[in-house]
Amino acid sequence: MSTVRRRLVPYFLMGPGLVWLILFFVVPLYFMGRLALESGTLATGFEFTWEFANFTDSFDRFDEQFVRSFVYAGVATVIALLIAYPLAYAIAFRGGRWKNALLLAVVAPFFTTYLIRTIAWTTILSDDSVIVDVLKAVGLLGDEGRLLATPTAVIAGLVYNFLPFMVLPIYSSLERIDVRLIEAAKDLYASARVAFWKVTLPLSMPGVVAGTLLTFIPAAGDYVNAFFLGSINQSMIGNRIQSLYLMELDYPTAAALSFILMAAILAVVVVYIRFAGAEALMGDEGEQRA
Amino acid sequence: MIGRAWKWLRRNAIVIYGVIAVLYLLLPLFLIAVFSFNDPSGKFNYTWEGFTLDHWKNAFGIPDLTDAFITSLQLAALSTVVATLLGTLLAMGLVRYEFFGRKTANFLIVIPMATPEVVIGAALLSMFLIYGIKLGFTTLFIAHVMFSISFVVVVVRSRLIGFDRRLEEAARDLGANAFETFRLVTLPLLMPGIVGAALLSFALSIDDFVISQFNAGDTVTFPLWIYGAAQRGIPVEVYVIATMLFIATAAAMVFTVWQQRRAEKMAWILPEEEVDARLEARPGPPAPGVLGG
Repeated sequence: MSTVRRRLVPYFLMGPGLVWLILFFVVPLYFMGRLALESGTLATGFEFTWEFANFTDSFDRFDEQFVRSFVYAGVATVIALLIAYPLAYAIAFRGGRWKNALLLAVVAPFFTTYLIRTIAWTTILSDDSVIVDVLKAVGLLGDEGRLLATPTAVIAGLVYNFLPFMVLPIYSSLERIDVRLIEAAKDLYASARVAFWKVTLPLSMPGVVAGTLLTFIPAAGDYVNAFFLGSINQSMIGNRIQSLYLMELDYPTAAALSFILMAAILAVVVVYIRFAGAEALMGDEGEQRA
Repeated sequence: MIGRAWKWLRRNAIVIYGVIAVLYLLLPLFLIAVFSFNDPSGKFNYTWEGFTLDHWKNAFGIPDLTDAFITSLQLAALSTVVATLLGTLLAMGLVRYEFFGRKTANFLIVIPMATPEVVIGAALLSMFLIYGIKLGFTTLFIAHVMFSISFVVVVVRSRLIGFDRRLEEAARDLGANAFETFRLVTLPLLMPGIVGAALLSFALSIDDFVISQFNAGDTVTFPLWIYGAAQRGIPVEVYVIATMLFIATAAAMVFTVWQQRRAEKMAWILPEEEVDARLEARPGPPAPGVLGG
């Protein structure tokens, strides 16, 4: 009796949470798929008709936004990685007693509202801002040039808003490295540079993989940055999904687009994890039991 | 002289870079705080026009903004309580028991964090549409609990993994029953993790825009009000409330980190000095939001 009860304990503990996730995450995905296969118009009402053409039609209509989303998200991820890695390295190895304060500063942007952070960037990048003046003075920007409503502004916004997601995982995998391994490399006559490329960087790869995924995935689906920092010429797939669902009320097309977005991101992630060869996404089971 | 300066610069380049990068991260926050004291003549709070305390004195002077902010607070409080409870139980089951379906459960918890918000929002809306459920506070509550659970699990789980189970055994040896052990030993030691998770969940909820926009109906939360106001020009009061929110969250965060260190000291059956030495040598607090922990 008591062993049976013991065996049921985890299910009782996890039941409510798992049911919530199934009911309000998994099941809704099914309904989104159903909605994507409906046909009709708002006036006549929608009906479920296995309308597979919705997928091809909506992709053909918005392929430009799809490509743009993935290009922007990709570029933003690479830039964020280049900014984040040295920062995470500095905090992990040179932070000293400032380590916790620096980590707090990294997550500090999350303490203000996402929208206001983005709106603050519209002020920083606005046409009469210091940055635009400087860029014009150095000649990087023409006299009529501007930053707002350009791809640069949207990508800059994406980089900024998702940077903490890149810094934190890289930091935690750098922090876990046994410093003696790096010392050993140096004892064996590796230069600082070689020690970094052969020891530190490979050992921090799980953090890099997790960080790039955590940056790329939300960036590819984002519409806030394109809305505030871009113009219609920079609109991403998220912007289309949002307006189709909430303004144009063309649900089948909107649902089909969301599905394609999810599938495309999943495909990119799977290929990327294969390529990177790390199990960073799921975490290490062995470590968990320790 | 120049040689030495150059050498110093080369050795500390990474530190200097780190400071600059942190300043870059803080720049918009600084700007928001400064512009909360601005005195703009028009509707747009985009250029500096003079210092005033008026908007701080009158922070809650715009009725529908205040209403939206209160709605956000209520929503965040309610969804935090439920998500923290469900997430903590999930983490306990996941870390402490061997059971069939463990991998699936793990996957189910991780996958929402790896799904773009727009897809989560759109999927929920699709379900509500098909069932004809009226959008509003309830649907927002359902959504907010849903996206918070995974983050709660990650934070609480990382604390459970570092848990010294000998303390519970000691309590049992000293005659405590299972419930007493949980209430007097397990829960207090777990508390910093749970508080940290609750804090994260609260911050996620009060900040959420995308999922909320899809499932709000006529209900207006703080971020949704800002979005609506963006076209007309955002009043300075928004900057004031955002700054207040920032200060409150930062203070709560600092407090939890401090509590966590204290609880870690409590959790070791070691002399004080040795605990301090171990704390120094230990990796920092687990990063929130890291997949898999």
